[in-house]
Amino acid sequence: MFESILPFLVDGLLIGIVYGLVAMGLTLIFGIMNVINLAHGPIIALGMFGVYLFFTYMGFNPYFGLILMAGVGLLFGILIYFVAVHRVLNGPHLAGLLATFAVNMMIIGIGTSIFSTSFRNVDYSLGSVDVVGVTVTGTRLAASFVAILVTALLYAFLYRSRLGKNIRAVANNRVSAELMGIPSTRVLAISFGIGTMLAMISGGLLATIQPFTILSGSVYELKSFVIVVLGGLGNPLGAMIGGIILGLIEGLVPVFMKTTWVPVLEFALFILILLVRPQGLFGAKQ
Amino acid sequence: MKKWLQPGLWIPLLLVAAFAAYPAITGSASARETMFTMIMSIGLASSLNILLGYTGYVSFGHIVFFGLGGYLGFWAIDELGWHLAPAVLLGGVTAGLLALLLGLAILRLRGAYFALATIGVNEAMKSLVMNLPFLGAATGMELNFSVYKSYGGPATALWMVYWSLAAIVLIITVVSYAVKKSKFGLGLMAIREDEDAAGIMGVVSSRAKTWAYVLSAVFPGMIGVLFFFKNGIIEPGSAFRLNLSIELLVMVMLGGAGTVLGPILGGAFYQRLRGLLLTSDLFKNIQLAVAGLLLLLIVLFIPSGAVGWLRERSDRLRRVLE
Repeated sequence: MFESILPFLVDGLLIGIVYGLVAMGLTLIFGIMNVINLAHGPIIALGMFGVYLFFTYMGFNPYFGLILMAGVGLLFGILIYFVAVHRVLNGPHLAGLLATFAVNMMIIGIGTSIFSTSFRNVDYSLGSVDVVGVTVTGTRLAASFVAILVTALLYAFLYRSRLGKNIRAVANNRVSAELMGIPSTRVLAISFGIGTMLAMISGGLLATIQPFTILSGSVYELKSFVIVVLGGLGNPLGAMIGGIILGLIEGLVPVFMKTTWVPVLEFALFILILLVRPQGLFGAKQ
Repeated sequence: MKKWLQPGLWIPLLLVAAFAAYPAITGSASARETMFTMIMSIGLASSLNILLGYTGYVSFGHIVFFGLGGYLGFWAIDELGWHLAPAVLLGGVTAGLLALLLGLAILRLRGAYFALATIGVNEAMKSLVMNLPFLGAATGMELNFSVYKSYGGPATALWMVYWSLAAIVLIITVVSYAVKKSKFGLGLMAIREDEDAAGIMGVVSSRAKTWAYVLSAVFPGMIGVLFFFKNGIIEPGSAFRLNLSIELLVMVMLGGAGTVLGPILGGAFYQRLRGLLLTSDLFKNIQLAVAGLLLLLIVLFIPSGAVGWLRERSDRLRRVLE
């Protein structure tokens, strides 16, 4: 029995780790400034296309493209913050949701007119590797490895660097942080940039393991909602664990029932968690 | 009696009636199709406004009621051979029941959590329907063309559906006004301003919110049946389209949340603009981006919407516009 489900378990775990990174930017931004970034999906799609374009037209290695897209993501996020988010930060919830959704519409509108909605893929292979007796493609393994690495770097940044500590202070209490001399606007802009950067990196990783369109981001945005609620809104490490849970559900459920039931279970679980434990399985923002 | 003769009621009613009458004067089918989309948007946006504008709860997945009502009504017409009228009622009742059940559960959540939950409900319902063989699973259902015969042929049937839609939207307008002017509506607006304070002042907020939710769900359920009967085809992707849900939020915001006239102006303007952008050579490829830019400008600079903005500017207008 265990032998037969092992491949699904490994598959689910590997993709789950990537899902964790997919949701991390969303949960980080919410944790710091209480804004649900509805442009999250299109930003993931931009990450996919960035890596794809660097690879296809300039011949860059996808993992090098990933580093470039991280930089682009940081700058793009800071831009979005000043254009759309800064003014609505103290407004009602709806304002933040609609402002980021407006950014979503602009990215998707321009994106579809440039790239159409046809499928693309990054034609790059790392061969296949044997993991505990299960054969997985090298790019999948590399994707989850990079996801873990980025998470570790994020935590090192948040807990060890001065700017990271400033970010946590602003997340904790913006007014007190300002009184302590922390330039909160700059810190918030950089935080939004980092959240966007994480989304772009995760998009780039997804591009190396499966085909995508400019609209693919919305699928991952919905998954991210489920993940962040599972792990607790605003808790990046919770997002990683939520991602793994989601990956395992997607890996294991098709063993027992039809694949089409997977989203039903996911969203039922999502609503259940919201009702029973809205702070998530591992607590909300710290 | 006096409150029923206020301009706050008859201006929105006249406006909807004028929109509805326009294709009848020209008698053209294409004008009817354009106005169908516009009036449908007005109806859906006005329904959403009862929850969003009056009560202050952001429902991102409101389209679930449109989709589910549409599905059940469509199924009754297709499988059980029902007439359109009872099917429309069935759609409304189903949507209302779903809202009642959901309301008891998810309306406890506030702010971002409620918004996320409504998205989850829509996606859960969409993926559930995809797994139900009697509703056609992922491919959906198609009406047999002969169904339209009992309504006097397809052409007559389409006009009948159009007038039914116009009638429902007029009813929504009256309900929206009546709610705003009632004690119930005052309770909702108190919840919007400060839910805890409203509770202390004697508003039973859980009950009031649930009824607002039900009221805002019933009409989209009915409209869903009309829309999919007109199309003759229904499938999960078009029934539970999250983007339409968010477009409705945009319409309410454009016109002014919490006003009777706002969603009507917002719905009409948004659809008109969308039509213009789609048919212009310059913008047809980036119509979504232009709409996004417009939304951003509204959210940043005129958060109270067109009607809200006018009301803030002039005392006389405040007396006339609701």
